[in-house]
Amino acid sequence: MSQLQLKDLYDGFRNPEVIEGFAKLINEEAKKLPKPVNIMEVCGGHTHSIMKFGLPQLLPKNINFIHGPGCPVCIMPKERIDHAYILAELDDTILVTLGDMIKVPGSHGSLQDARAKGADVRFVYSPLDTLKIAQENPDKKIIFFAIGFETTTPMTTSLIDIVIKKEIKNIFFHINHVTVPEVMVELIDSRDEHVDSYNNRIDAFLGPSHVSVITGSKIYEKFPKKYNRPVVVAGFEPVDVMEAILMIVRQFNEGRCELEVEYKRLVSYDGNKKAQALIEKYFEKASLFKWRGLGNIPDSGYRLKDEYAYLDAEHIYADILPKEEIEDHKLCICGDILRGMAKPNECTIFGTACKPQTPLGSCMVSSEGACAAYYKYGNLL
Amino acid sequence: MCLSIPSKVVKIDKERNVAVVDTMGITREAGLELMEEDDVQIGDYVLLHIGFIMNKIDEEDALESLRVYNEILEKLDEEERRSLVEEDDNCPNRGA
Repeated sequence: MSQLQLKDLYDGFRNPEVIEGFAKLINEEAKKLPKPVNIMEVCGGHTHSIMKFGLPQLLPKNINFIHGPGCPVCIMPKERIDHAYILAELDDTILVTLGDMIKVPGSHGSLQDARAKGADVRFVYSPLDTLKIAQENPDKKIIFFAIGFETTTPMTTSLIDIVIKKEIKNIFFHINHVTVPEVMVELIDSRDEHVDSYNNRIDAFLGPSHVSVITGSKIYEKFPKKYNRPVVVAGFEPVDVMEAILMIVRQFNEGRCELEVEYKRLVSYDGNKKAQALIEKYFEKASLFKWRGLGNIPDSGYRLKDEYAYLDAEHIYADILPKEEIEDHKLCICGDILRGMAKPNECTIFGTACKPQTPLGSCMVSSEGACAAYYKYGNLL
Repeated sequence: MCLSIPSKVVKIDKERNVAVVDTMGITREAGLELMEEDDVQIGDYVLLHIGFIMNKIDEEDALESLRVYNEILEKLDEEERRSLVEEDDNCPNRGA
């Protein structure tokens, strides 16, 4: 009989007393800090958790969060959403994607708008749901619009694997998977360049939880070594976040700069090798991926290998999918927010013209976006 | 999209390569495509994400974390009691 109960895995890591306990320890430890520490939580899941549980209120003034770009929906440029919209509008297609994409505005509107105009768009919980849709609609081309960081990439490759092995002829893919380490490097480089004007250097990173389950913690090795930034991989629960912050502060006080894992119950150094092998089998790095608000980042996205071009909607529909870049909404400062250079409440349209019900910028669309988190939990600030 | 909730494996269907899991009392199916064969057993705690099991939760490690948290609480509790006693000892109105 196991000593561990399922509810321990929820309650044990959300226990308010333990959160308070860590807050006390952090406050004690932070008194010794020679200068303030800015911690970037790369992942939107962490942003959501930090805001939901009001963690900034529990921390001393010399520990600041900088919200990172780790929200796959928020960084999706309008060009890619327009691709989905155009593919959905075709008479003989059904566009399938995850629910997170419902409201993201492209230049023609969102996929929800496309559906309201008669396009066949299906929002699914799992990529595997695409199989049933394809089976029920043999005369249609089913296009899976794949999004997400390393967390969801292997799920897309699993579906590709099934499609190939079962010789399913009517499922195709539009790939928008992006990777974390490249954007972290981009943020360090671009911010260090502007450090005088922004004066809030990223001092340390809270490493993503579930990206790291797949990749292993090994992908962050270079940050302490080459970039002199500690990384602590943390779980999503509030206790996990608080423990990871304590670990970061201790590193500064003890003069260490290391990669550490707080989320040991799920993250190993090597990660999920089977998932990694699946990604390697079907994908290669795209030379460039344009991130909304951040621009083109080399090697930061995946594409299907050439031998699978027959499954690649971008290749098949190349003549109808535009390649021009599109500007974002002029008043929206999502770019600065995704770079961690501005907080959501510093945006002139935050909470007025731009709300979760009517998002103008991408950070308001997803619950993992910094603006949506501030809108929902901002009264805790 | 990423906030996966821990779940417990209650059944395995090898034929279809899926596990039936309990997530906070709700039963659902999850694909085993990302896990090595026979790696997942009934009773295991797993992390589920968009219809797939991503990894098993290391029970020992989770228990160890929870033990550490309890120790922290006990230590803080003791410090608190000690400071209350000291406060009382130094009470300026003693004997008033």
